[in-house]
Amino acid sequence: MYGWLWSHLPGGRVGRPVAAMVLLLAVVALLFLVVFPWVEPHLPFTDVTVNQGG
Amino acid sequence: MSVDDSGTTLADDQPPAQSPAARRSPPPLSRGRRVVRTIGEILITLGVVLLLFSAYQLFWTNVSADLATQQVTDQIRNDWQIGQHGSTAGAPGSAAVPQTFNPGQGFALLHIPRLGAGWVRPIVEGVALDDLKKGVGHYPETAAPGEIGNFAVAGHRATNGEPFRALDLLRPGDPVIVETADSWFVYTVDNTRIVAPTRVSVLLPVPDQAGVKPTKAIITLTTCNPRWASYQRMIVTGTLVETRPKSQGPPTALGSGG
Repeated sequence: MYGWLWSHLPGGRVGRPVAAMVLLLAVVALLFLVVFPWVEPHLPFTDVTVNQGG
Repeated sequence: MSVDDSGTTLADDQPPAQSPAARRSPPPLSRGRRVVRTIGEILITLGVVLLLFSAYQLFWTNVSADLATQQVTDQIRNDWQIGQHGSTAGAPGSAAVPQTFNPGQGFALLHIPRLGAGWVRPIVEGVALDDLKKGVGHYPETAAPGEIGNFAVAGHRATNGEPFRALDLLRPGDPVIVETADSWFVYTVDNTRIVAPTRVSVLLPVPDQAGVKPTKAIITLTTCNPRWASYQRMIVTGTLVETRPKSQGPPTALGSGG
């Protein structure tokens, strides 16, 4: 998987690690800004109110 | 030797026996090995994602909530200085007239000296997740600060700024102070209870007694229990013991940290 990804990244000796970094940062940003905030309400840490729904 | 853009490497430090061609294309993996390798990579990736999620929950939500808390606190103090709201809510020092706030709007400050010198969090209207990221949330259907009835608020015990992390430290007699635009409302803690998450009767004007007309002003703080789980709620209740106009200065119960 990562081997395939690496071989398909653009750039040469310098460009490829940069491209990999950019890709990694983009994935982390997506996780922190979209995926994790979406997952959060489904976990118990944020249930602090009393309500009918439990 | 050189490297070109296609990634062909003719590294100088390779043993001469290994030809560039051999290095470029290792013998193709068998299908089984490729499958196993990919599964391994996916599992490692999932592990890293879980670690990142821990970092998000334990660190990131607190950082962003602290920022939001500070902003709302500043905004509330700012509003009070220019007298945007609250000043028409009755004479200073009188119990606040019920008033409505926009969801997410900060309208008061909560001081609990037991949780630390100078401990203060903004109280915002609403108990949705987005409201609770800014501080402590006021259950919209409950009384206003100082009003006869039940002023009920909820706060996180873990993550997102975790204002009520140490709520279990509160003891009967501890002061819980609500600061509004023109008044200080000093409540003292009566008791702490652990109840089921569906026990909405704790929010009634007289807790657990439906239809009874309240005669006292009380405060109710709710958070989750145990700290990292959600199968119970911790409920702290207190009674109003002092109402003090802002002009008389902060109450002694606040200590020097306020």
